[in-house]
Amino acid sequence: MTTELFIQYLVAGITYGSIYAIVAIGFNIIYNTTGIINFAQGEFVMLGGMLSITFLQFLPLPVAIALAVLATMAIGAGIEMLFIRWLKQPGILRMIIITIGLSILIRETALHFWGANVRSLPYFVGNEISTIAIFGARVSPQVLWVIGTCGLMVVFLNIFFQTTSIGREMRACAANRVAAVLCGIDTRNMVTLSFILSAGIGALAGAVMSPITYTQYDIGTGLAIKGFTVAIIGGLGNSLGAVGGGLLLGILEAFSVSVVPLAFQDAIAITILLVILFVRPHGLFGSSAVAGLKEF
Amino acid sequence: MRKNFVFLPVLIIVVLIQLLTAWTGTIFYLTQMTMSAYYSLLIVGLCVLMGYAGQISLGHAGFFAIGGYISAALTTRNLTAHVEHPVVRLLDLLGCLQAGQDIYGDPLLVVTPWAACLLAIGAALAVSFVLGIPVLKLKGHYLAMATLGFGIIVYRLVLASEYFGEADGISGVPGFSLLPGLFVSGDISWRVTNYYIAWGVLLIAMLLLRHLIDSRVGRALRAIHGAQDAADAMGVDTARFKLQTFMVSAVLSALAGILLTHYNGGIGPSEASVMKSVRYVAIVAVGGMAHLWGALAMGMILNFLSLRGCFGSYDDAVFGVILIVIMLFAPNGILSLRLGLLSPLSLKGRQFFGFLRKKQAAKEA
Repeated sequence: MTTELFIQYLVAGITYGSIYAIVAIGFNIIYNTTGIINFAQGEFVMLGGMLSITFLQFLPLPVAIALAVLATMAIGAGIEMLFIRWLKQPGILRMIIITIGLSILIRETALHFWGANVRSLPYFVGNEISTIAIFGARVSPQVLWVIGTCGLMVVFLNIFFQTTSIGREMRACAANRVAAVLCGIDTRNMVTLSFILSAGIGALAGAVMSPITYTQYDIGTGLAIKGFTVAIIGGLGNSLGAVGGGLLLGILEAFSVSVVPLAFQDAIAITILLVILFVRPHGLFGSSAVAGLKEF
Repeated sequence: MRKNFVFLPVLIIVVLIQLLTAWTGTIFYLTQMTMSAYYSLLIVGLCVLMGYAGQISLGHAGFFAIGGYISAALTTRNLTAHVEHPVVRLLDLLGCLQAGQDIYGDPLLVVTPWAACLLAIGAALAVSFVLGIPVLKLKGHYLAMATLGFGIIVYRLVLASEYFGEADGISGVPGFSLLPGLFVSGDISWRVTNYYIAWGVLLIAMLLLRHLIDSRVGRALRAIHGAQDAADAMGVDTARFKLQTFMVSAVLSALAGILLTHYNGGIGPSEASVMKSVRYVAIVAVGGMAHLWGALAMGMILNFLSLRGCFGSYDDAVFGVILIVIMLFAPNGILSLRLGLLSPLSLKGRQFFGFLRKKQAAKEA
């Protein structure tokens, strides 16, 4: 394998990996505040892309994307308020089934709204054939947009959770819910906020990735599975682990193309998921001492 | 065995439906009834796993596909070119092969349906055993995702492998002669027979499952569902019982796949899709999780309506809505739903509408 080809695969892997990482962080944000895995997480990404494409017909690109992200955040808030907020201590099985139902509902609504056509946003800079040379490899500028946006989102989320008071309240809610309530934190609002936040980052990722990966009504399920795989690799609830896991899976997938037929690519990611679940359910980066206290 | 008296009314209803369709000249409904009965076979198996043992599976369409695809491939793929292969020779020695002619008059050598059926069930048993040991150690989200992952792997494999017909699936699957006079085939002249074959298989499975639930195994399963740690402490071998139930439900799913594939004369990748698995879970949930007859009734009704095309292009959406509504308002199934639960007078209704009113008041303030 030549150096150029190597870098080409590497960049492709990092691109997809950063998208998986964002989906995984979306899982983590909601999991941390509620203990729920939101199976509809991938649908937020789809909505972000689809809504941006629709708004673009009337508005300039940046406004359309901003509006799409805001709309998806509103949908995330709506879902939480309508379906989750008023349930009193729902069982895990019940929450799994409800969020699966929601993901089906969003997907089918999208199918009736937008049809089964594959759509995409235009390239933010240049067009399909414009490239930038990186160490001899030819890379589309949109790839840099995706990696940059995802990277910035991770940085901002970290700042948000570490320094702002709302971010700290959300972390308190994740660490110990009862103690958070006793300290006067309204945990219910934190849950709504976590849905808004993860819908928002999912939608933004969905918009920036749309020009290179295209958007279709049913991309959500695949992304959710990959995102969950990444969240597990990194250790559920651990957002920096998710970034590492995302890059790992993305790069692994990109290089596997040269060995295994493309049709089996998804099967590889899921086999990794199963192996990790069986061998190290607390993730590659988590400590097994902490894992001993958790239930898998 | 008081519980077994339920079988008599069910049998009477089954016969009455057949007579009614014959009398009103709507015998074509029996085709969808037969298919629904096979799907219900899978659903009652899943019901024992989910409702009684408390283990969710989002991958049972995978077992259905393992049964259907293996039996379809073995009974249609021509082995004439591989006659010298030791495996083919062994099958021939065991009398598992039948020769014939394809539509062009060329020699056709395929595995007999009975042998294919047993091999497919064996495959489902082996897969469920190997998968079940690690998977059933997991709980909650991890279990859901692991079984979902298994379902997707099966789906990807049948979609990507040429042997299983890729996106076209396998067609031209021959009929399956269970016993002389009992021929599983979609041919119109066999329609009434097949209706009774399907119900016969389904009711035998129900009988076995009912006995399983009322036995020591059933009590152990309920203990596992209630509190696994407590069951463990009382000396119940929880891992073994969970694995056995998983394997029983996998075999029933595979059997449903085999029989339905012979009945339809083919199988396509959509049978292995995640949406199918989710649909089965939805039906078990509507039936009331730990309620075999409820699962059977809902399996028949919802599959029949879906196969008749009553939901139109909203087919998947209907099942999504069912999942949400049932889990929000009646997590114990539709049979537990007393009249007027959704009215503002009932407790659950009051909670929901009270919440909406509060929202409204907050907005106006």
